[in-house]
Amino acid sequence: MDVKNINKLFKEDLSAVNLGLESFADNLKNEGVKAIQVQWKPPAGGNKEIAGLLDKLDIIRTKIDIAGANKKAAEIINNGKPTVIDISTAGKVVPGMRKKLILHAGPPVTWDRMSGPTRGAVIGGLVYEGLAETYEDAEKLAASGEIDFEPCHDHKMVGPMAGIVTYSMPVWVLVNKAYGNNSYATLNEGLGKVLRYGAYGDEVIEKLKWMESDLAPILKKALALHGELDMKNIIAQILQMGDEGHNRNRAGTSILIRELAPYLVMLDEPKEKIAKVLQFMNANDHFFLNLSMPSAKCIIDAAAGIEGSSICTTMARNGTDFAIRMSCTGSQWFIAPAPMVDGLYLPGYTEDDAAPDIGDSTITETIGIGGFAMAAAPAIVKFVGGTPKDAINVTTKMYEITETENKIFQIPALDFRGTPTGIDILKIIETGILPAVNTGIAHKKPGIGMVGAGLVKPPEKCFLDAFKAFVEKYS
Amino acid sequence: MKQVLIEKDSYYDSVFLMLINREVKKIEGVIDAVVSMGTEMNITLLRDMGLADKELDGVTPNDLIVAIEGKSEEIVASAVKAAKELMDKKSGSDEGEGYKPASLEGAIKVVPDANLAIISLPGEFASREVRKALNSGLHVMLFSDNVSVESEIELKNLAKEKGLLMMGPDCGTAIINGKPLCFANVVRPGDIGVVGASGTGLQEITCAVEKFGGGITQGIGTGGRDLKNIQIGGTMMLMGIEALKNDDATKVIVVVSKPPAAVVAEKVIDALSKTGKPSVIHFIGLEPREQKGNLYFAGNLEEAAGMAVALSKGETYKKRTYSIGRDIIDAIIGQETKGMSPNQKYIRGLYTGGTLADEALIMFDREIGRIYSNNQSKEEFIPADPNKSIEHTIVDLGDDVYTVGRPHPMIDPSTREDRIKIEVEDEEMAVMLLDIVLGYGSHEDPAGAILDSIREAKEVFAKRGGYLSIITSITGTEGDFQSIDATKSKLESIGCIVMPSNFQASTLALEIMRKVEK
Repeated sequence: MDVKNINKLFKEDLSAVNLGLESFADNLKNEGVKAIQVQWKPPAGGNKEIAGLLDKLDIIRTKIDIAGANKKAAEIINNGKPTVIDISTAGKVVPGMRKKLILHAGPPVTWDRMSGPTRGAVIGGLVYEGLAETYEDAEKLAASGEIDFEPCHDHKMVGPMAGIVTYSMPVWVLVNKAYGNNSYATLNEGLGKVLRYGAYGDEVIEKLKWMESDLAPILKKALALHGELDMKNIIAQILQMGDEGHNRNRAGTSILIRELAPYLVMLDEPKEKIAKVLQFMNANDHFFLNLSMPSAKCIIDAAAGIEGSSICTTMARNGTDFAIRMSCTGSQWFIAPAPMVDGLYLPGYTEDDAAPDIGDSTITETIGIGGFAMAAAPAIVKFVGGTPKDAINVTTKMYEITETENKIFQIPALDFRGTPTGIDILKIIETGILPAVNTGIAHKKPGIGMVGAGLVKPPEKCFLDAFKAFVEKYS
Repeated sequence: MKQVLIEKDSYYDSVFLMLINREVKKIEGVIDAVVSMGTEMNITLLRDMGLADKELDGVTPNDLIVAIEGKSEEIVASAVKAAKELMDKKSGSDEGEGYKPASLEGAIKVVPDANLAIISLPGEFASREVRKALNSGLHVMLFSDNVSVESEIELKNLAKEKGLLMMGPDCGTAIINGKPLCFANVVRPGDIGVVGASGTGLQEITCAVEKFGGGITQGIGTGGRDLKNIQIGGTMMLMGIEALKNDDATKVIVVVSKPPAAVVAEKVIDALSKTGKPSVIHFIGLEPREQKGNLYFAGNLEEAAGMAVALSKGETYKKRTYSIGRDIIDAIIGQETKGMSPNQKYIRGLYTGGTLADEALIMFDREIGRIYSNNQSKEEFIPADPNKSIEHTIVDLGDDVYTVGRPHPMIDPSTREDRIKIEVEDEEMAVMLLDIVLGYGSHEDPAGAILDSIREAKEVFAKRGGYLSIITSITGTEGDFQSIDATKSKLESIGCIVMPSNFQASTLALEIMRKVEK
C-alpha cells in the first residue's frame, strides 16, 4: 500500500480548502492554519436533471480526454496571431457574399423576428446598397423574402450591435498567421446616428458612402505603406493602457492613429481628406472595436471543431436571441432569448428605452478580453456598478470558468497575470458562474442609437443546452 | 400576519440557516418562522405549514426563503429585518478580504499549496467535490453524511489509488499535524497516533491522552462505516495504520472503532501487528482480548488512552475503574441516592456524542439489560417514539431522527434542553447521565446552555420529595476555547457530579442504579 502522500502531508503545513460550514475554516484560521472558504453553490442551481448529467460527465471523462481537447483548444487560442493585412470590400473578399445577401449579428433570425435596431439597419443597408429607392420600399423588400439574411459568423465576419454588412461595404481583412484562417469586419461608423444602432436616415447613408469613397481607400493606402498590423501585439498594449477591447477602446484607437498617421500624411491625397480621416478616427473611441472584434474572431475560429472540446467558440446576439457555439459541436447554435442589459443610461434614457442585448462584440470575451479583462479597465467600472476592486473580482472570477491564462494579454493590476482565456462550458455548469460580458445598450427603436452601457448576464439556457449536447454526444 | 421574502441566487449553508432560524423563532411574538433554501423538501414543508404558497412558484434550491408568521405586522417586519441582519453578519465579515472562489478548482488556483479539502456540503453534492479534490491531489475530510455506501467505496478506492486520505463520510473529528479539524480538541503534541472510525471516540481518547500526560501526532478519522462494511473493508483504517507505521514521530498507535465486521477486524489486527509499534485496540462493545506481541486490547475509551500513554512512557498500564478513591466514590453514591423517592428507578442517558452514548448503552445493556435506545442493536428496545423514554433509556441525540431541520446537538444544545424538559415530567427517573463535549465545532458553552434546564430538573424532583442525580463527564482539554475549568464549576455549582471520563461517569451511574434497585 502506497501512503507516501499521507506521510508527506504529515511533514507539511496544512493548507485547507473548505466547502460548506464556514466555521470550520474560521476555526482553522484561529489555530494559525491557512484556510480558504469556497462560496459554493449547488451546480446548475440544484437542477436534478443537470446533476444527473454531471454524474454522466464524470464517466465520460474516463473515456475521452476532455482535458486534453480543451488544452489543445486553449493552446490554439494562445498561439493565434491575428494580423490586419488589407482593406477591401465585402463583395470582393467575404466568402459567400452576394448582392442580395445581408449579414447580421448573432444567430440566424428572420425578418419577422428581428429586433428594432436590426430592422432599421437592414432598411438603411438596402438603401445604401441601391436595392431600394426609399426607406418604405426597403422595408417591403426586406419583408418580401427576396433578400437573404445570414449571420456574420457564418461568413468569417463579426459585426457590432446590429452588425449589418452589405455587398459594397468596406471591410478590414485579417489573417491568423499561426493557422492561416481569415476574418473580416466593417469599419466602425462612429457615434450618434449610425447604422449599427439601427439608424437609417440620409445622413447615415451619406456617411456610409463617404466611408466607402474616402475613408476606406485612404486607410487602405496608408496600411499598404505601413505594412501589416500585428493585432496581438496591439491588444497586449491596450490592456496595459486601460482598455479591455470591448467597451473601452480609447487606447486602441489612439495606437491605431499613431501607427497610421505617418503614412497617412505621405499619401498623395488632399490635406482636407486626410485630416477628415484622422478627425473621424479621433472622434470615435470605438474605432478600434472593429479591429479587436475580427482579431478575436480570427483567433477563436481556429479553435472550432475540436473533438471532445467544451470550449465556447462564439457568443453572439441579434437583439432577439443570444446564442453560443461550442468547439466540439462546430457551427451548431445553442440559442435562448436575448436578455436585457443591466447598466447605466445616458442622460434622458431609461431601461424602458433599451433593446435586448445585441451584437457580435461578445466575441472578445471568448478570447479572454472584454468583460474577462475588466480588471485592466478601471475607468469603465462605473458602468458595471462599482469600484476597481469589483472589476478585479469580475476578472478573478472568470479564471474559474476558463481553461488557461493568456500568455500575451496581461493585466497590470493583477501583477501581470494573463487574462482568463478559453471559456469552458463544462466549468460554467459546474460552478454556476456565467461569463462576464460588458456591452453597449441600443435603443429599442430603430435609428436612435446608443442609450447606455452595462453588464449583461448571458442566459444560462444556452450553456445548459450546450452542456446537454456535449453529454449526449459522448455518452 | 405572514410575510414571505424570496432572495434569488443567494445560497447559504443549511446549518448556518438553521441557526438563524432558531434566533428568529426566539423573537417575542413570532409564531413560526422558516429561513431556508428553496429545496423541494422545504417548499413542500412551507406549503404544508401554510406559511407560504403562491410566493414559492418558480423558487429554486439556489434561492433563499424567509417566511415568518407573527402576532402583528411590526413583529413580522422586525423579525424579517433581524433575519437579514444575521445573514449580513456573514457577508459583512468578508469586507476587506480578497476574492472568494466559487469552486474547488478556483480555490486551488488561488492557493496552489492547498493539501486538504474539508467538505461539509449536503450529501447529494459531496461526492463530486470529493472526487475533484482527490483528482487534484488533495487529502479529504468528508464531514457530510447521506453519502451512499457505493460512493464511499468508489471514493475510497480512488483515494487508495492516489495514496490520499479520504476521511469520511460522516467523519466529524480529526487532528492532522496537531491541528483540530471540524469537531476536535486542542491536544498537546506527542508520540501517539490514533485512527478512529468514531468521531466522539476519537475526541474522548485524544482528550484522555492529554489528561494522562501524553500527546498526539495524528488523529485520523475514517468515517463510521469503514470497518463495519465488508466491501469498504477498513480501507482508510488500513491506510491510516500504514501511514502511522511509516511516521517516525509516532511511537504508539491507537485504533478505535464501533463494532467492526469480523473479517475487517482481523485485517486491522493483522496490519497493526505488522507495524511493529506498540498498538492499542478498542473495538467498542467487544470483549478485549489478551495482549499478544505488540497488540494491547482496551475495554473502554479511557483505558485505550491510558494504555497508550503508559506504552509511550515505557510504563506498565495498571487496570483500574476509577481515578478517584473508592471511599470518595462510596460517599458520592451515598449522597446521590439518599434523597431519592422509592418510585425513582430508571436511568436516562441524554447524549450528544454517538460513541459516548454507545459506550454507556453497551455497559448498561451488559450489566442491567433491557436498555431502550435509538442506537440499540436489539430492535425490540428501539423506542417507537424517539422523543419518549421507556424505563431505562440512553439516547444519542445526534442521531438523524433528532436532527431533521436542526443542527447537531453539539452545535445547538436546544435539542437536549427540550429533551430534558420532557424527561423531568417522568417521576420515575433516578439518574440523568450527560456528556459535555468541548472543542472546536461544539457550542461555545455547552454546559451553560443547559444549566437552567438541569437546575430546574433538580428543583422539580426536590419539590416532589425526591432527588435527581445528574452524572456528567467533560470531553475536553485545557486548550479548548470553552474553558474546561469553567465548564466543570458551572456543573458542580448546581450539584452535578462531574466524572473524569464517560467510562467513569457511566460506571458511577451504573453503581447508583444498582443501589437504587436494591
